[in-house]
Amino acid sequence: MSLDLTLIWALLIATAVFLYVVMDGFDLGVGILFPAVRGKAERDVMVNTVAPVWDGNETWLILGGGGLFAVFPLAYATILPALYMPLILMLLALVFRGVAFEMRFRAATLRSQAVWDRSFSWGSYVAAFCQGICLGALVQGIRVEGRAYAGGWWNWLTPFSLLTGAALVAGYGLLGACWLIWKTEGELQLRAYRLARRLGYVTLAAIVIVSAAMPFLSAAFRARWIAWPNLVLAAPVPILVALLAWRFFVALDRRAEVMPFLCALGLFLLSYVGLGISLWPMIVPPAITIWDAATHPSSQAFLLAGAVVLVPMVLVYTGYVYWLFRGKVAAGAPGYH
Amino acid sequence: MSALELPSAVNLARAQFALTIVWHFLFPAFTIGLASYLAVLEGFWLRTGKAVYLDTYRYWLRIFAIAFAMGVVSGLVMSYQFGTNWSVFADRTAPVLGPLLGYEVLTAFFLEAGFLGVMLFGLERVGKRLHFLATCLVAGGTLTSAFWILSANSWMQTPTGHVVGPDGRFAPADWWAIVFNPSFPYRFAHTVTGAYLTTAMIVGAVGAWHLLRDRANPRARLMFSMAMWMAAVVAPAQMIIGDLHGGNSYQHQPAKVAAMEGHFESERRAPAILFGWPDAEAGLVRDRIGIPGLASLYLTHDLDGEVRGLKDMPRETWPTNLPLVFWSFRVMVGLGLLMIALGLAALWLRRHGRLYESPWLHRFAVGMGPSGLIAVTAGWTVTEAGRQPFTVYGVLRTADSVSPVAAPAVAASLAAFAIVYLAVFGAGIWYLLHLFNQVPHAHEPGPPTDQPIRTAGITPAPVLIAGAVADGRPLAQPAE
Repeated sequence: MSLDLTLIWALLIATAVFLYVVMDGFDLGVGILFPAVRGKAERDVMVNTVAPVWDGNETWLILGGGGLFAVFPLAYATILPALYMPLILMLLALVFRGVAFEMRFRAATLRSQAVWDRSFSWGSYVAAFCQGICLGALVQGIRVEGRAYAGGWWNWLTPFSLLTGAALVAGYGLLGACWLIWKTEGELQLRAYRLARRLGYVTLAAIVIVSAAMPFLSAAFRARWIAWPNLVLAAPVPILVALLAWRFFVALDRRAEVMPFLCALGLFLLSYVGLGISLWPMIVPPAITIWDAATHPSSQAFLLAGAVVLVPMVLVYTGYVYWLFRGKVAAGAPGYH
Repeated sequence: MSALELPSAVNLARAQFALTIVWHFLFPAFTIGLASYLAVLEGFWLRTGKAVYLDTYRYWLRIFAIAFAMGVVSGLVMSYQFGTNWSVFADRTAPVLGPLLGYEVLTAFFLEAGFLGVMLFGLERVGKRLHFLATCLVAGGTLTSAFWILSANSWMQTPTGHVVGPDGRFAPADWWAIVFNPSFPYRFAHTVTGAYLTTAMIVGAVGAWHLLRDRANPRARLMFSMAMWMAAVVAPAQMIIGDLHGGNSYQHQPAKVAAMEGHFESERRAPAILFGWPDAEAGLVRDRIGIPGLASLYLTHDLDGEVRGLKDMPRETWPTNLPLVFWSFRVMVGLGLLMIALGLAALWLRRHGRLYESPWLHRFAVGMGPSGLIAVTAGWTVTEAGRQPFTVYGVLRTADSVSPVAAPAVAASLAAFAIVYLAVFGAGIWYLLHLFNQVPHAHEPGPPTDQPIRTAGITPAPVLIAGAVADGRPLAQPAE
């Protein structure tokens, strides 16, 4: 049996995208929760909880984009033009947000800090919403003729993509709230508990609605989820979602500090797996599989040689940074010690 | 035809690429050199134990962090641009370019996530040796990043090591030939040297600026002195590297060199045209002033050598914007000559012991501060505009590379990029200038260690630093 490089790469890139979604997810979520928290001191704490890691989190997005170009160029060359508007809006929002993040620390007056706060928050909303739109538009399918995108520049805009956009904003908000439960204490933590509960309801509702809408999008999804015997094989996913949701609310009641975040991560992972079950082995639904989209085998092997060395090092270092900055961020303290 | 008609989607996409890459490259052009400068400063400090090196190191480390962060955010956009605006190019060239850019991302990522964090954590936390190692690795990382990007760019200029399939897609045949394509060594050397000079001009200008206020400031003296050594030694070397690079381009991209030089007719004893205005329609350079025979001398190394002109090449291979290529080249060379003049003037004054006592030289150096950035931008304009009308020279045309995206979408995003970049990086540059203006003093705090530290590219606000001191918690100072 020969080694299926394409499969390895698909798993690697899927992992990179997932890591991006959950890691930038909670730091975008912190921005999303800004309007719900008014005080400057509390906002400073919120930002300080993500300050050491957000830049590293965002870099996974570069790896996702670069990896797609390097290994699945046909997917890269068809998805990106199809999602032109939401992608560019997302990139601009991330650039804007990244700099707002920097500048709010340097703002000399409270008023200018408030302006940067607002930019940071809006940047987070727009980036999250656009990512959700991209996801919805991709799942709906992209019209490809030959090797090129064949749709218009507004095709991404549908009720379904707006729904997934809103769902992702709620989901990132949930991740952000759970992160704050973990990393803060006192008044801010109590606020985060309340926010996590509300956002938990909204996110679960969004998962249910999106899952219910999926089978109506295409016959392929219906066959994958509802037909016998797939029904039995796929059933664990919704069952696990229900169990995790129950565990999540129990954890909130018990004022657990880490468990809510783990449950929220679990919900993201299950949704991601569910998406994978729906799409597999398509990378650009409805017609392009990972093998269709894959680059030349020599190119895959050439880059994999470096990736097997560098990716684990990046992971180890990322883990080290998170470990180094473990513990609570106290109000009033300028930062970590 | 109405005057309000939009330019074509391909020209809008070109404008967007030019805008985003020029803004992006301003930061790496500065940080590649600055990373090496930091490594040298820390090395000198470890060797001599003199506080002036550490103070200068910390002064520039704060600046490095900001410039690096802006390079990263603007780079994020670049990794998506091939797909959004150049999807046909992406589909066809990815088997060759994908791994090269993939390696760039991996090394940049590794560097960013890894050693910059250690660098910013501060000496106190990790110890001198590990910290110096991190500084060296960051410097090495910026060079590795440049290596891969320039390999990719050079392959687009002088493609080798591939085969083109019947569907127009490239397939790799020989990775060695792809990575080390014919123009790569010249382009890499020329760009890295350009980045070093860019940093030297900025460091020199900042040093000179503070010397004008206080001639005795030892940090300012150190910056200025080191930058002037760099200008004196490296600027002339750059001229030689540039000449070799030009010779290589003449061999592989004759139309580009003819456009740079402004040669329409093939001729012996070809002149070096100093000024003029190339007119592609008329096929001549208007109002030209030149030095006879000089171009033959430096292109063929023979005063009577024949230099090929554009008219001997197919019209459809001429660069699409001849005046842009012609004039960008003159801007680059002119600034290079000024850098050499600055370096030699500093050398002369140093010999006579007046390096720190000549305000005119310091004013000259302050004025030259942005010259490296401008020269590097002009140089890249020559090489990229000179590659037109191809994306992969001689093989894939720009007009056949573009995404099937409607012109209004590209126009709208171009406008959005222009506004956001101006606001965002304008604010960033304003802040950098603010940092340049701060006097480098003894016991530079550098990025404080009891502040929120991010893994890449961030330093806290000066107001917060002041606050930390006012709280009665002095910032840690390592033993010097």
